[in-house]
Amino acid sequence: MRNETTVLDDGTPLFLQIGAQLADDIADGTLAEGDRVPSSNEFAAFYRINPATAAKGINVLIDDGLLEKRRGIGMFVASGARERLLAERRQRFAQQYIEPMLAEAKRLDMDVELLVSLLHDTSKRNGDGDR
Amino acid sequence: MTPTISVTQLGRTYKDHAALADVTLDIAPNAITGLLGRNGAGKSTLMRIIAAQEFASSGTVRVLGEDPMENDRILRRITFVREDQIFPDFKVRHVIRAASWFHPNWSEELAQTLLADFELPPNRPMKKLSRGMRSAVGIVIGLAARAEVTLLDEPYAGLDAVARQIFYDRLLADYVEHPRTVLLSTHLIDEVADLLEHVVMIDHGRILIDAPADTVRGQAATIGGPADAVERFVAGRPILHRRTMASVSSVVVGGGLLDQDYRQARDLHLTVQPLSLQELIVHTSETTTEARKSA
Repeated sequence: MRNETTVLDDGTPLFLQIGAQLADDIADGTLAEGDRVPSSNEFAAFYRINPATAAKGINVLIDDGLLEKRRGIGMFVASGARERLLAERRQRFAQQYIEPMLAEAKRLDMDVELLVSLLHDTSKRNGDGDR
Repeated sequence: MTPTISVTQLGRTYKDHAALADVTLDIAPNAITGLLGRNGAGKSTLMRIIAAQEFASSGTVRVLGEDPMENDRILRRITFVREDQIFPDFKVRHVIRAASWFHPNWSEELAQTLLADFELPPNRPMKKLSRGMRSAVGIVIGLAARAEVTLLDEPYAGLDAVARQIFYDRLLADYVEHPRTVLLSTHLIDEVADLLEHVVMIDHGRILIDAPADTVRGQAATIGGPADAVERFVAGRPILHRRTMASVSSVVVGGGLLDQDYRQARDLHLTVQPLSLQELIVHTSETTTEARKSA
């Protein structure tokens, strides 16, 4: 889980990082559908970044239909935004997480069966620990 | 959009030394632009000419559409904080009051807030201030002026890290409320990188980079790993820097990386570390320095 003072990294374009953080908040429910999203100026002040950069990051989500502008009031999480985000991320899951994991496993001579059992064990352990 | 500052084929020569050579540059309105470069690169010369405090040897300067030289109408809309600002030996509050007369958008409220933020004693004579405090007075004037064209040339000599952070925060906060064209020269690149919308890099009197900050970020990355794999990856890409140790290589490549590039790097077991603005500026100026030497 992400904490509120996440530090922005140096190399990735800032507006993409702002967009990604907003998307994370929508995906994990921190920002629920219908919630008001901070303005670009609030983002700029909080992260100490240029307001144009913050606005550009927010616009990425507006273009994707995840946020909607209500004239004179502000920016809000669109209805269905979370579902759409989750669907997109599930589609990318294999490429983003499983492929690198398989690549590393191969380097370590771990076969798929071992991975599957490791997955079960880890999930069980975390589940026991948290709840 | 009409640029707020427009510089065309500007040159400035001191005897046989060219401080600026063929500089052509447009500064967009209501953006914060960083003017970056090493000491002696020509940043201050360019700023002084834009502020009409120095003559150009060749070329033209337009600020808000007009030549600023001895142009009172335009100069009132400019504020210029010089690195080497010399103040008359008044008390701090008198210097602030005198500055207010020359800036039609002056905010006395902001000036008073900033004086308190920087803990500047209003009744102390300028002569009795430390270097950092004198810089802070310059910053108070530069921000409280709320001038349409705000030129800040390394405005923080002698300021400690805390005071610099105050400066960045207040600049950002007031800029959000009262957008204006800000040109900020600095060599503390990491500190200001996130504040900038646009980046201009100058080196040996010439413009090397003139691009949106977002484009400059993520443009270059350090590729590390086994030398043969690194070489396979960097083939055909612009190489800014190369280091090798035994069978391991670390190469800085420009030109931007796409998703497929990251995937290729991963398949080759290479590490990819995007460059910060500061690292990019350092590599760019190293590359041109070497090119100048071998030329």
